[in-house]
Amino acid sequence: MKVGVVGVGHGKFGRRSDATVQELAFEAFRVALEDVNNLERKDIDAVIIGSSPEYHKQRSLPGVITEYIGMNDKPTWLTEAACASSSAALRSAYMAIKSGIHDTVLVLGVQKMTELNTAEIQSLMGRVGDVQWESIYGITFPGYYALYANKHMATHGTTSEQLAKVAVKSHHYGAQNPYALFQKEITIERALSSPMVAHPLRMFDCCANADGAVALLLTKDKLAKKYHDTPVWIEGLGSASAPISVLRRPDMTSIPSAVAAGKDAYKMARVKPKDIHVADVHDCFTIAEIIAYEDLGFCKPGKGGKFIEDKESYIGGKIPVNVDGGLKSKGHPVGATGASQTTEIVKQLRGDCGKRQVKGADVGLTHNVGGIGQYCFVHIYKR
Amino acid sequence: MPFKYFGKINYTPYTKVSKFADELHKGKLMGSKCKNCGEKTFPPRADCLKCLSGDFEFVKVKSTGTLVTFTTINSAPTGFEDMTPYTLGLVDLDGGGRLLSWFENTKFEDIKIGMKVKVIPRIFEEVEEIKLYYALEKA
Ligand SMILES: [Zn+2]
Repeated sequence: MKVGVVGVGHGKFGRRSDATVQELAFEAFRVALEDVNNLERKDIDAVIIGSSPEYHKQRSLPGVITEYIGMNDKPTWLTEAACASSSAALRSAYMAIKSGIHDTVLVLGVQKMTELNTAEIQSLMGRVGDVQWESIYGITFPGYYALYANKHMATHGTTSEQLAKVAVKSHHYGAQNPYALFQKEITIERALSSPMVAHPLRMFDCCANADGAVALLLTKDKLAKKYHDTPVWIEGLGSASAPISVLRRPDMTSIPSAVAAGKDAYKMARVKPKDIHVADVHDCFTIAEIIAYEDLGFCKPGKGGKFIEDKESYIGGKIPVNVDGGLKSKGHPVGATGASQTTEIVKQLRGDCGKRQVKGADVGLTHNVGGIGQYCFVHIYKR
Repeated sequence: MPFKYFGKINYTPYTKVSKFADELHKGKLMGSKCKNCGEKTFPPRADCLKCLSGDFEFVKVKSTGTLVTFTTINSAPTGFEDMTPYTLGLVDLDGGGRLLSWFENTKFEDIKIGMKVKVIPRIFEEVEEIKLYYALEKA
């Protein structure tokens, strides 16, 4: 039995002071329902919410959202894997369908990050890592990736210019994506002169927090064609974990969970990195995208800087990456990000991306990293 | 002395390795050693990753090491705003184990990946409270 994505619904990302978290979820759900034929709420068997609960005032989101979108009394639950929460939800949905327990499942990635005031955000930001031995020294989320960046630079000769080139590419495609938070091109000079956040990472090396929601409808092969003319099949799933603590990371130039998740996904989908036509990778920081090229085998370890330098991740290059603008331009509502990546790949494989379309894209990949790499989910899709 | 005195801000006062803070107060940097299989760990941990035993003792670790990587924090989380910018280093200890800490008494220009560093126990006794931590300096 194959499992496919038949419906996608992408809500607007940004500072959404106009809506509650369940209202954001409804927006995305409505768009997903408009994306399918012959599929109504009664045909959906379960609702899996992907979200990171510590950002919300409302506790126990699945209950609240499932009620608000009118899906009671269908089963619902939460998957949490920090920034990879909705890729975890997609994995759960795949398992639920494949097992025969459910036929059709709604995945809702949703996050409101602006309910917290600056002080609450600053306090949360100080506890992203191991709080016992690391957070006591005031390390931040950008700080962890900055440790990676300096090590990558010293080991492989990666440069600040190469990091900035990732940001320039993201904004180039973000400018063409109506869902992006930042729809403006930037110059390399502007990126390189932006304020330092955590050396060597500057403001333009970092993605921005956002509110937003994305809905995905998954079903089994027998029903898929009834709901959409072009189902996108999930052919490979890989997931792995790694120590959250950098004190137990053997190497500070690679995310071990991403390497392992990638290997499993390629094996299951029976494809190699060179077979990927379009990819969405987790670029929470520019260095993270460069490391993703390497971890996923798009280029050799250490050659990620050259990969962007040579524009191999642009449309027309070896493997177009984040041609939706990535987290960098779209904004990063943590729980919604994985489902947003899936939406982009589904639209690319359907051929629905207009100016940003990768011609003839049949095989796509998403790479969604949770936190500092304690979680990673890689999914491979075919049309 | 309870673990609550460890760190500029301590989030986890209750731990099975609380005695680490007592030792640090005496100027000693301690790791753990599994009484069953002899596995040594820094930072200390109560439960052995290798043999699963929960029986451990504290052992002194080498307080010199090599800088794996570093960063300077310009945008700080709550409680650290008054310190910016501060430079954090990730250090592989000479006798095994790894730690993260900040540099003190070291010029930023002198900080290079691969350099030798020393780890120095610090004690701040103020009127109402004590703060313990270890800091890095160029060796
Ligand atoms: Zn042991």
